[in-house]
Amino acid sequence: MTENANTMASESQNAAPVIHVSPSPHLSNQALTTQRIMFDVVIGLVPVVLMALYVFRLYAVKQLAICVISCLLAEALFTKMRGRALSLKDGSALVTGIILALSLPGTAPWYVGLIASVVAIGIGKAIFGGVGMNLFNPAMVGRAFVMIAFASVLAAGGYQDAGSTVDAVTQATPLDSFKQTGAVTPLFALFFGLTNGSLGETSALACLLGGIYLCIRRTASWEIPAGVILSVVVLGGIANLANPDTGWTVLHHLLGGSLLFGAFFIATDPVSSPMTPKGKFIFGIGVGALIMLLRIFSGYPEGVMFAVLLMNALTPLINRWTIPRPLGAQ
Amino acid sequence: MAATVKEFGGSGTFKHGVHPPERKHFSEDIPIEVIPSPKKVLMPMLQHVGAPSVPVVKAKDVVALGDIVCKSGGFVSVPHHAPIAGKILKSTVTTLPNGRHVQVIPIKADGEQLEGQALKDEIIGGEWPLDSLDQYDRQTITEAIAKAGIVGLGGAAFPAHVKYTPNDEKPVDTVLINGCECEPYLTPDYRVMMEATQAVVAGAILAGKAAGAKDIIIGVEDNKPEAVKALRQAAADTGVKVALLQTKYPQGSEKQLIMAVLKREVPLGGLPLDVGVAVSNVGTASAIARAVMRGKPLTHRVVSVTGSGVRNPKNLLVPIGIAYRELIEYCGGLTEDAARIISGGPMMGFAFANLDAPVTKGTSAMTVLTAEDVRKADETACIRCGRCVDACPMNLVPTKIALASRAKDVDLAQAYHIMACFECGSCAFTCPASIPLVQLIRTGKARVMASQRK
Ligand code: SF4
Ligand code: SF4
Repeated sequence: MTENANTMASESQNAAPVIHVSPSPHLSNQALTTQRIMFDVVIGLVPVVLMALYVFRLYAVKQLAICVISCLLAEALFTKMRGRALSLKDGSALVTGIILALSLPGTAPWYVGLIASVVAIGIGKAIFGGVGMNLFNPAMVGRAFVMIAFASVLAAGGYQDAGSTVDAVTQATPLDSFKQTGAVTPLFALFFGLTNGSLGETSALACLLGGIYLCIRRTASWEIPAGVILSVVVLGGIANLANPDTGWTVLHHLLGGSLLFGAFFIATDPVSSPMTPKGKFIFGIGVGALIMLLRIFSGYPEGVMFAVLLMNALTPLINRWTIPRPLGAQ
Repeated sequence: MAATVKEFGGSGTFKHGVHPPERKHFSEDIPIEVIPSPKKVLMPMLQHVGAPSVPVVKAKDVVALGDIVCKSGGFVSVPHHAPIAGKILKSTVTTLPNGRHVQVIPIKADGEQLEGQALKDEIIGGEWPLDSLDQYDRQTITEAIAKAGIVGLGGAAFPAHVKYTPNDEKPVDTVLINGCECEPYLTPDYRVMMEATQAVVAGAILAGKAAGAKDIIIGVEDNKPEAVKALRQAAADTGVKVALLQTKYPQGSEKQLIMAVLKREVPLGGLPLDVGVAVSNVGTASAIARAVMRGKPLTHRVVSVTGSGVRNPKNLLVPIGIAYRELIEYCGGLTEDAARIISGGPMMGFAFANLDAPVTKGTSAMTVLTAEDVRKADETACIRCGRCVDACPMNLVPTKIALASRAKDVDLAQAYHIMACFECGSCAFTCPASIPLVQLIRTGKARVMASQRK
């Protein structure tokens, strides 16, 4: 036995595997990476992108190409400037590019997409320290910037191109036409999305499909869209009761404009929304409430972008308020 | 199935947690084998929670199997006993896998050793007549537990007699015997439940008597149906209940177990005793049975040597104090791609390199992982996805605690309840950005403790 043990000892020393010491845990969920999560978001966006391509044809192709390419280039440029390793691999710039494109009108000139992208990545993200550090949703920062800088091309009228061969683009957006003329777009048009608007916002159906996929995959937290929808239903319901004659019902509020796109794809950006389930729900409620306030009281009918940015600013506070009670704490 | 849990108030599971790969197949169906008696063992004086034990032997003394080597160093401390017959050598110092430097008493084997099947019969085999337990009263049992040097064999190594000493202020109404074994790879508890079923049930009854508990419940995860069957059979007509719990990590952690079975919340910084519960692992229960019914001290334990880095994974009955090197050699050595050796399981175990370190009373396994097993994507930025929050069984916000630790912000870390973390590893396991959350939290805790000492 003794001899036996000795030979085995020398044998195992011969093979001499390299043993590393490292702190626990020694296992990690290898299937789950940042890249995988971003890829999931892209999958979730597929129905919306397809719908945009179907409704807006070449307008959508052009806007998507401009935003995605500019976001990727901007990301490469800014990480290089900050002396960091190239982080395109994590896919976050790709996601920002697609969401940005989908939140712009297809008719917007090429430089709008380009500038919005550079601002989204440069100011929205890079100056905060890159992915994970940004306070605001980068796509919405880019969107807000061009909204202000190029007010005319992005105001309600900017969505229209009367001479276009693409049907949708010849009409005013549903929210705008209601604001201007009181014309109520039929619900089924809002639901399927055969209306004018930003590329990604027109089809409620596509947003629901992709959004629910993300929630099931836990890539987006259901608490946020649930909060948004809940507060829109409640506030929209109250508005309806106060003004029973309007044709613009709660359902129109829900299905119209970029509400669902915003609730599922923009507000759910993990980086700029709160950490805990409770915080996320509060965040969602806040976004929904602000959207309704802007829609009802402001001259500009589309409030999703500003609502998300405002709530982003409150996120650190919400995080502080919603530190969960640890198991066993009083 | 779950009905048995509901009758105690629990739901059979706890909030959050993760599902790491179970990987019990390496060793779960391999019966416990007795390792050949070693030529030498190292008996650490501190291998438990509490005060170090005090040697009662000196160099050149001759000891027989089971002779006392160190006596208890206080109430929260235990004696240690010779696991082999031999001669005491001069005490030295060694480093345990957990990084602690401890004094050890080496014992060199000498004379005839109890080995093989005879040893197995003596420790876990044979009969454990459940109808003979009436003869032991509370005091006899607690004294026997204290004398036998029993600590929690699940890994915590907390002296067992402390839990079972009657305490009028905090009476215990329930004894929970923990057979969850939620750590991946590990199978020593499973084998004990399968091969020493009667001893486990006997120990559970004795522990219940010692504590004056009215309920005695053995909790087992539902991935071990065979063990549940065996335990239910052995426990029929004894009043001991077997609770089937949902398989999820870390179900075997005390607080989560108490939550799942009884729906009671152990206060932060408190003990199960505060909610009227005493928890012991199934291996501890069998050691209690042996101490009380056979009058024998804790000298051996079952250890799994497992993982894809081991040539022939096994469950071994080993003398406490044997070197890890002998375990791995008996199991055919390391494979060429072995990359990490862990004392315990992969979620909470300690990686170490000193194979001459001794197995202690709290060592449940030696898990060897390959480079492929431990492969991990490079650390990237936190995307605040909240998955760590959803994983944390203590309901903490791991990423915020880690961030505060990184920023050396002690107050912020405490605002996020850093000290409630018990380093289960669920958060780091799940983090898509591969952030070393547990490591950061550990550093932060050390900083909090240092600031409190000031
Ligand atoms: S799981 Fe990782 S990436 Fe996600 S919030 Fe926690 S620390 Fe950040
Ligand atoms: S924070 Fe601590 S208790 Fe929570 S999952 Fe991480 S290691 Fe476990």
